[in-house]
Amino acid sequence: MGLDFSPVWVGWRNLFQGAFVTVEITAVALVLGCFMGLLAGIGRLKPERRLIYALCTSYVAAIRGTPLLVQLFLLFFGLPQFGILLPAFFCGVIGLGIYSGAYVSEIVRGSIQSIDRGQMEAARSLGMSYGTAMRTIILPQALVRMIPPLGNEFIALIKNSALVSLLTIHDLMHEGQKIISVSYRSLEVYLAIAVMYFVLTGLTTLALRRIEEHLRAGGMVQ
Amino acid sequence: MNPQAPIVSIRALRKSFGQHVVLQGIDLDVQGSQVVVVIGPSGSGKSTLLRCCNGLEQADSGRVEICGHTLTEAGRMLDESRLNQLRQDVGMVFQSFNLFAHLPVIDNITVGPRKVRGVSRKQAQAEAMVLLEKVGLAEKAHAMPASLSGGQKQRVAIARALAMQPKVMLFDEPTSALDPELVGEVLQVMKLLASEGMTMMVVTHEMDFARDVADVVLVMDNGALIEVGAPDVIFTNPSQARTRDFLRAVLSRA
Repeated sequence: MGLDFSPVWVGWRNLFQGAFVTVEITAVALVLGCFMGLLAGIGRLKPERRLIYALCTSYVAAIRGTPLLVQLFLLFFGLPQFGILLPAFFCGVIGLGIYSGAYVSEIVRGSIQSIDRGQMEAARSLGMSYGTAMRTIILPQALVRMIPPLGNEFIALIKNSALVSLLTIHDLMHEGQKIISVSYRSLEVYLAIAVMYFVLTGLTTLALRRIEEHLRAGGMVQ
Repeated sequence: MNPQAPIVSIRALRKSFGQHVVLQGIDLDVQGSQVVVVIGPSGSGKSTLLRCCNGLEQADSGRVEICGHTLTEAGRMLDESRLNQLRQDVGMVFQSFNLFAHLPVIDNITVGPRKVRGVSRKQAQAEAMVLLEKVGLAEKAHAMPASLSGGQKQRVAIARALAMQPKVMLFDEPTSALDPELVGEVLQVMKLLASEGMTMMVVTHEMDFARDVADVVLVMDNGALIEVGAPDVIFTNPSQARTRDFLRAVLSRA
């Protein structure tokens, strides 16, 4: 039995459309995840602010402790029971964003806490409020340290986004499966999809490396 | 503010970290333009005393008044916004410099005036250049902190604190992290400030500086002020045996 890639060539347009949807979903989820991660990460810096700390900690625990697929199904198949019918794309983006935010929050918290205490003390000693010191002194330095672990997180997000094909979203995975369902060429199509995911994650890696080099050149990192 | 009133006034200041008592009832007045040098063995509470003067540490009890603000009274600290006000009047220089690592020298100095006092960038930069001239580092304005020597970093840190136009400067072992050959340039800047009439509280192990510049020398041991006096008295004829032991130990090392 030989390999026959002709279904991939025939369906390339659909695969590219799927890849585009994957990029779209990942990009929006990424923004949402970074936003939620920043909030939750900062919320977990001070355990003495009990309510905020408890809220953020529960969020991280709940999201990290349950499968992403279950979370997505809760949004897409669970919520309609309350009459909340969200479009599939919306569910996918929200689900991935919330999921990714939990992991980003740990990255944010870790990077902020890795900045020497003296930086905050020096900023506060000038009369800066906690918020101003955080924005102008701590976060810019923490951001540089976040980039490598955020890169891992972004790549995980791209790959995890394949799960949204189960919410009827026409992403790369979904388009591939449609081709398989008519051609029965699983091996070839999944190989093609794998290569396409690999290119997406590879481009992300390169882009992040460029950003990091740029920041280093700016003297932000020793 | 009454011109006769001390610019820093500390009464019965106590502070512990858990079981460990760091300050056991400190009383101290610092007059305007005075240079007060705090000496004593490590772990005697010198740095904590200084950090209680700008609210980096919260005292357990006692009172600290500084530049007309009551910073702490009976274990309660000034509220956030007034604490930030007070800190503009009280400059702090750290042992480990704590320059903002992501900002060039000039921005290290301008960030305080711009973000806290709302000074325009242009004016803040002009003021910063004057301060950099003063500490002898005008040519380093656009260097990153990582490229500076320890002595240069500390001089920038002094300029950064001065940019807020403080009424009191606190120096927490400003030369202890420096290579010996770089100590002099930092002390020189501090002497210049003292000669201009800046009120200064200095924790240091530089006994020559204490002898030459201090108006008052405080000797701390085990969280208490064991001796207070003019430098010539403290260094030639201390009344406390523990002061003698300490001075013998540090001076024989030099």
